[in-house]
Amino acid sequence: MRNFLDTLVNRQDMIISALLEHMYLSFVAVAIGIAIALPLGIVITRYRRYAEPIIGVTAIFQTIPSLALFGFLVPILGIGSPTALIALIIYALLPILRNTYAGIVGVDGSTIEAGRGMGMTRTQILRQIELPLALPFIMAGIRTATVLTVGIATLATFVGAGGLGDIIYRGLQSYNNSLVLAGALPVALLAIGFDQILKWIEKRATPKGLKT
Amino acid sequence: MIRFENVTKRFPDGTEALKDISLVLPTHELTAIIGPSGCGKTTLMKMINKLEKPTAGSIYIDDNPINGMDEVQLRRSIGYVIQRIGLFPHMTISDNVALVPKLLEWPKSKKEERVRELLELVGLDPEIYMDRYPLELSGGQQQRVGVVRALAGDPNIVLMDEPFSALDPISREQLQDELRNLQQTINKTIVFVTHDMDEALKIADSIIVMRDGQVEQVGTPQQLIDEPANEFVRNFIGVERINQKRTFGEKRLIEFLDLFVTDWAGDAEKISADATIENAFLQLDNSDQNYLAISKGGQVVAYANARDLLKAALVKETGVLA
Repeated sequence: MRNFLDTLVNRQDMIISALLEHMYLSFVAVAIGIAIALPLGIVITRYRRYAEPIIGVTAIFQTIPSLALFGFLVPILGIGSPTALIALIIYALLPILRNTYAGIVGVDGSTIEAGRGMGMTRTQILRQIELPLALPFIMAGIRTATVLTVGIATLATFVGAGGLGDIIYRGLQSYNNSLVLAGALPVALLAIGFDQILKWIEKRATPKGLKT
Repeated sequence: MIRFENVTKRFPDGTEALKDISLVLPTHELTAIIGPSGCGKTTLMKMINKLEKPTAGSIYIDDNPINGMDEVQLRRSIGYVIQRIGLFPHMTISDNVALVPKLLEWPKSKKEERVRELLELVGLDPEIYMDRYPLELSGGQQQRVGVVRALAGDPNIVLMDEPFSALDPISREQLQDELRNLQQTINKTIVFVTHDMDEALKIADSIIVMRDGQVEQVGTPQQLIDEPANEFVRNFIGVERINQKRTFGEKRLIEFLDLFVTDWAGDAEKISADATIENAFLQLDNSDQNYLAISKGGQVVAYANARDLLKAALVKETGVLA
């Protein structure tokens, strides 16, 4: 314990910069993941024939072991943060895509028909009915993706993209358990913290009329 | 006035939902479209606001073909109440009711005034209900909101697709009564799809009976009961119901022929078998004869005197006579 605290104090600069790198990687990956998966999720609700194949492809990505995916990408993209980001984005896609799709498809058909029958345009139906009603699902997807990404970003160290994985790896190589812990603990706290924040947002995003 | 002209609807799989239908739905009247499920009644109604498009034929609103009209504009000018209520659960009652006014870009004060006015119209206190959400209301209250939401943009035409079928019997009866009263005030052209004959007979000014994409009969509730056009309409209305809705005096001699005598040698007053009991009695009362000679297709088929008519009345009352 003593050792661990010493490590924290002595290496705090390194830990903080790794933490910031880690947060940067996770944030950017999730943000780009949302930017891709959310519109795509909306589009596939309009062309449902393609929904299953597209979701299927992202599900296949998900089954590739993360270490292997980083490994695949290095020969193609070289090392560095772009490689790590691309891998993380690929992992973030599925939960967001699937939840966006399921959320919108799950909106009661009679609600949409009422909107159509009263003269709402497709865009108005999407923005005023489908998205608000699907928002809790979409937020849940983003939450899953975020927690997942924070965890997997630990592996970014293997492609030289830094992050808290660096510290864990360094600790493992030098048989320094305190150092391993100094890297692993912030990862866990980061994941739990994001999860709690997003859980709160998810609750807030639930339309008032649907809260029981 | 809504006019259908040779409207046919064929689905891609080849089934004909509507077969060459020509109809006129008069202005300011509540017209019920009724028929068994799959008869095309909902399809017919949805053509009015272009939720369904005819394969052939045209539909006119006040002599303007809706064919060339922009569907979004058209729908905003027509009220629409759907079967499973279809209120937006994430919007307050006020926002739900004000939806079409909002789409029509009414100023805020006018919208709010309209919402208050409409909620009061169906007996929901605006102060209490405006800021509530649909799921906080009972089914009956929700559908009241559904009905006034359709009236919000002050449309001339209101389409209602089995609006009360999901409600419990008590709320349903209440809402039917309220709709009837409401129609006295608002005087809209209402198209009301239902599969419930009691409902149609109760609220409609005129009824369109459909089967297999065709119109079997159009008439007022009374006409349907008095003169069902064919066996299908008669069965659909239900013999029981026809009997209930008609007094003995409105029934016809032909319905009681087997109670009357066929052998009578004396003089008799001639009358058609299609005459009502009431007319038969009046004719007998005004004549010197004691017997009616009931003729069907030019042939006398039975004779009846006052006692036979009384017997018929008893049979009507009790069903059978010992």
